[in-house]
Amino acid sequence: MARIPLAALAAASLVLVSTALAFVFFVAPNDADQGFSQRIFYFHVSIAFTAYACFIGGAWKALRHLWKRDPAADLESYVGVHQGVIFGSLVLLTGSIWAKISWGHWWLWSENQLVLFLVLFLFYCAYFMLRYSLDDGPQRANMSAVYALFGVVLIPVSFLAIRLAQRFIHPVVFTRHGPNFHGWILVTYCVSQAAMLVLAYTLYRVELAGKRLDRRLRDLRRAYA
Amino acid sequence: MTTAEKYVTAAYCVVFALVLLYVVIIALKLQRLEREVDELALEREAEADDEREPLHVG
Repeated sequence: MARIPLAALAAASLVLVSTALAFVFFVAPNDADQGFSQRIFYFHVSIAFTAYACFIGGAWKALRHLWKRDPAADLESYVGVHQGVIFGSLVLLTGSIWAKISWGHWWLWSENQLVLFLVLFLFYCAYFMLRYSLDDGPQRANMSAVYALFGVVLIPVSFLAIRLAQRFIHPVVFTRHGPNFHGWILVTYCVSQAAMLVLAYTLYRVELAGKRLDRRLRDLRRAYA
Repeated sequence: MTTAEKYVTAAYCVVFALVLLYVVIIALKLQRLEREVDELALEREAEADDEREPLHVG
């Protein structure tokens, strides 16, 4: 499959993120219930789904490593998980800010959605502790892949937690009947979601290129030593 | 600026700052790689000079 050039991806990210910001601040109407503060939703939810996508992508590459023995899959899985952790930290930060303005608290331990997302985030943070506690080689790649695959189980749990809870204050935006919003709010959300996905893919490709270069350089040094 | 506006601005600034920090870290890493490639190229040039036969003049 032909890869999209990195420069084109970076340009698409810039255009999409700028368009999303313009939609968020100049097009989307104020929410009837939460008012102006609801505008955090557009990036917060988009970033959350992007983090899930990164973890799923990382797990998919981990599966490819274990199943097909694809030599590039281990590094791709690692970079996918790394992107997921970066976007996961953004979810927690933007979510805390939104929680403070909406509920008056930075964090609520009674909320399943929040706690389960934190568990998912910490689980993937521990992935790096595992990975860097082992020497470079097939053992590290295999153990990291198994760990990344286990983590993906937490994603549906985290996503469904809000629907399984008896009482909650965290808003539900996607139900069985589709999104709970429409019109410009839906358009703005879709643009923001596209922007975050393209941005994540661009950052993934940049980091992957750097990691591959680093690996090739180390191999060259070893060959010349 | 209302309190809601301050919080929304803070949320978007956090996103921007973290992405920017990430880009800076990647840029620093690329700089290091570039330096290492230059060092490796210099080492190879020096080794090639040593391996070259001395030229006898006259």
